[in-house]
Amino acid sequence: MYEHWIAASRLRAGLVITLVSLSMPVAAIAAEADSAPAPAASPEKSAKKAIEFTLENGLDVVVIPDHRAPIVTQMVWYKAGAADEPPGVSGIAHFLEHLMFKGTENIPAGQFSKIIARKGGDDNAFTNQDVTAYFQRVAKDRLASVMEMEADRMANLRLSETDVNTERDVILEERRSRVDNDPASLLQEQMMAALYRNHPYGIPVIGWEHEMKQLDREDALSFYDRFYAPENAILIVAGDVEPDDVLALAEETFGKIPRHGEAIERTRPTEPEHDGSVTVTLEDPRAGRTTVQRYYIAPSYASAKPGEAEALDLLARVMAHGTTGRVYKHLVMKEKAAASAGGWYSDSGLDSGRIGFYAIAGEKNTPEQMEAAVDAVIADIRENGVTQDELNRARAGLLAEYVYSSDSISRVARQYGWRLAAGLSIEDVEDWPNRIKAVTVDDVRKVAQDYLVDEKSVTGILKPAPKHTSRVHKKPVPVAGKDKS
Amino acid sequence: MPMTVRTSLTAIGLGLAVAAQAFLAPSAVAQKALQDVVVPSAKETAQGKTMNIQEVTSPGGIKAWLVESHVNPLIAIRFAFLGGAAQDGQGKDGQAYFVTSMMDEGAGNLDATAFQERAQSLAMRLDFDASRDVMLGSLQTLTENKDEVFELARVAMAEPRFEESAMARVKAQILAGLKYDENDPSTVASQAWDRLAFEGHPYGRPIKGTRESVVAMTTDDLRDYVRRVYARDKLVVSAVGDITPEELGKALDTLFGDLPEKSNLREVVDAKPPLGPTREVIKMDVPQSVAKFGFRGIPRRDDDFIPAYILNYVIGGGGFSSRLMEEVREKRGLAYSVTSNLLPYRHGSVFVGNVATKNEAVGQSLQVIKTELENVGESGLTPDQLNAAKAYLTGAYALRFESSSSIANQLLWIQIEDLGIDYVTKRNALIEAVTLEDVKRVAGRLLAPDQLITTIVGQPVEEPASAGAPG
Repeated sequence: MYEHWIAASRLRAGLVITLVSLSMPVAAIAAEADSAPAPAASPEKSAKKAIEFTLENGLDVVVIPDHRAPIVTQMVWYKAGAADEPPGVSGIAHFLEHLMFKGTENIPAGQFSKIIARKGGDDNAFTNQDVTAYFQRVAKDRLASVMEMEADRMANLRLSETDVNTERDVILEERRSRVDNDPASLLQEQMMAALYRNHPYGIPVIGWEHEMKQLDREDALSFYDRFYAPENAILIVAGDVEPDDVLALAEETFGKIPRHGEAIERTRPTEPEHDGSVTVTLEDPRAGRTTVQRYYIAPSYASAKPGEAEALDLLARVMAHGTTGRVYKHLVMKEKAAASAGGWYSDSGLDSGRIGFYAIAGEKNTPEQMEAAVDAVIADIRENGVTQDELNRARAGLLAEYVYSSDSISRVARQYGWRLAAGLSIEDVEDWPNRIKAVTVDDVRKVAQDYLVDEKSVTGILKPAPKHTSRVHKKPVPVAGKDKS
Repeated sequence: MPMTVRTSLTAIGLGLAVAAQAFLAPSAVAQKALQDVVVPSAKETAQGKTMNIQEVTSPGGIKAWLVESHVNPLIAIRFAFLGGAAQDGQGKDGQAYFVTSMMDEGAGNLDATAFQERAQSLAMRLDFDASRDVMLGSLQTLTENKDEVFELARVAMAEPRFEESAMARVKAQILAGLKYDENDPSTVASQAWDRLAFEGHPYGRPIKGTRESVVAMTTDDLRDYVRRVYARDKLVVSAVGDITPEELGKALDTLFGDLPEKSNLREVVDAKPPLGPTREVIKMDVPQSVAKFGFRGIPRRDDDFIPAYILNYVIGGGGFSSRLMEEVREKRGLAYSVTSNLLPYRHGSVFVGNVATKNEAVGQSLQVIKTELENVGESGLTPDQLNAAKAYLTGAYALRFESSSSIANQLLWIQIEDLGIDYVTKRNALIEAVTLEDVKRVAGRLLAPDQLITTIVGQPVEEPASAGAPG
């Protein structure tokens, strides 16, 4: 239906699955894909199972004991993300995340992270479409004081105009680092905008630059007042703790914060019927090698019918897991249509997820050749499904990931958080291996047929251009294109 | 040779000030007894978790450090051959990196696809990484698959096939990566910095190689590297998880027993300590300039290393607590990220930092950074800054021991740097012992703001802006 033409910048060979921006660059980026394997809690290891409480003010408290090291991870997940922003203030959820480090009546401006550091702790935060999460890792005897600080800023944020103005420059630099300096990110942003024609997932988490420049203190406080309330949040404490102790601490701290009202029901604009696929092309002299990407809208764990997300997880693994996936084998090994190729399943969204594939050209490959080869793999899997052998191998791989993920308690905390913040239950998280075990080849074929369809897709092509034609920071202008479908 | 196990008890917890008990013991019995000993740490008795580091020697004579933990059914092994990208042959830049990319491309009687499918069905995680001085290996397995996984990893290292077809495929991937790197401002700035700082030394060459060197690489080159570097005399190993000393001893012989006893490393001379002042601007049409700055550092074995490490934390190693973050980001909004690092390579230590600021203001960012380096160089740290740094560095040390993988990683680097099996227990005391006078003296020795080597990639608008007032 449309062809977007964007003249801009450069290429990233490692494809970022989704934009999750951090207030600080030190911690690893939490790609949505990280949340794919659910955390470990095999029945015989009940010590790892999560225990849940709800405080009177509506705050969910989840404790995941793990006594291997005298360390705890605390996370507070707000059920509010970029897709909950009012129109015209894109980036405010993420901007507020930055500003949450400024101060309260008790914490002087700019001191939050310094105080955590003095306690020997690490802290950071991240924002995505559906959640904003804040976390610290500390020795377990520091938990009480860190919890007090986190509860304090849930209710008592103080922002000065100066702090807001300076921090706005920081997020604009962050956007330049993450997006404007990188043509693959620019392309990804345009692909998401094309994929979601009405739903706010089409708006970048970091914000559109022209709107970011206008964000102010009032915008931030208004988002804060609406969403930062105990009934809209989940506290997760994982590590060398006992559930009752955590509950007592939570009641003394977060428990003192009055609820604002009922938990906010998040209903976003929905997508119209899609009647054609879209191709977005970006040409840039600094795009090293041509790349082709394909995104499909697919259910997430939160939005799927029972069993669908598990089948999609296995489908993505059969199709795109490293060098043994079908996409790599077909494009790189057999057809020699690309230097590298793979894919992913982004499964943590509240309203929908995505399944995606990419190919990076070798010296002689064309985008047409790569796109045709990706199409061939997809057509084959839609028609013939996967073999029992492939399914078994993929299943063994996913179940092994589940065990590996239990090694890091902070990672376990994060995996529970993604699911719980999307409205799933602890039982949903802990029963995941059993549901993976139940998936059949027919289930996998059905989700391939239902969701790998042109109408729900966007193709992105990044090409090296002979000359530089545009300044990067001029916003790309869509121009009329031709109907592809 | 009989297997021996040496044990060192270590407390992880905030105190960490525990005397190490290291002695020879015939494994299982003694070790069981040791696990029952609760060693209280000096400050946090209630937190007296013990971490039992055992030195295991396999029947074949291969040594490893082991922390047993049978809570989760998995095993993390880290190992290193002392000889990384600095061992690349003359004109063979990227040799080590190429080898790391070929380690799952077929071995023994398995071609690339067969190897990769076998690895996947065993859920084996085997990764190699070429750094300047060491070839790093990481192996993880579920307990239930360990024997098959160790065998597959053995074959990967002892009998790599390095077939032409696989090599051509990997070559195309490396070349695509280099093409990307050419346009990535951060990579370009870093490579330019290394080239300026280490002219004529292997450290000045790109780890991934150049287009020319990669195109020219042959299977013989890969074999040559493996033959020279993959050997038992330059091997260090750590293991954490669901494995006993006896099982680890057997695994060590499986994994590494087929490798030659002696390596054949090229001599790497010490680099000339890098100092400027030098500034190189590389034009690239991006809205934000990326800069790398720094000069020679202080070696790991130098008595001043720990004070220098503390200084780096305060200057730019400490995230939001660092002075550069405060001045550049918090006060002025000039960058999302500004960091510094003290990188003690074996043959030349450096102190380097990174910043990224819009083209119009990158000059101001660099001026602010220079001024901060001057301030610390002249005045050292305030008592409060030193105390805050010590509180973080000692308190957060335990966070590095969160998972099997992270523990294995810590133990590996302690071995690579030859700091001793009791280092974990001594390390925080080394931090605590540093005085304001030490820091001031070392700041004078380390910081050379007038001799910065700086590389800038972008379209910087050069104006000698003064640091000025925050604004």
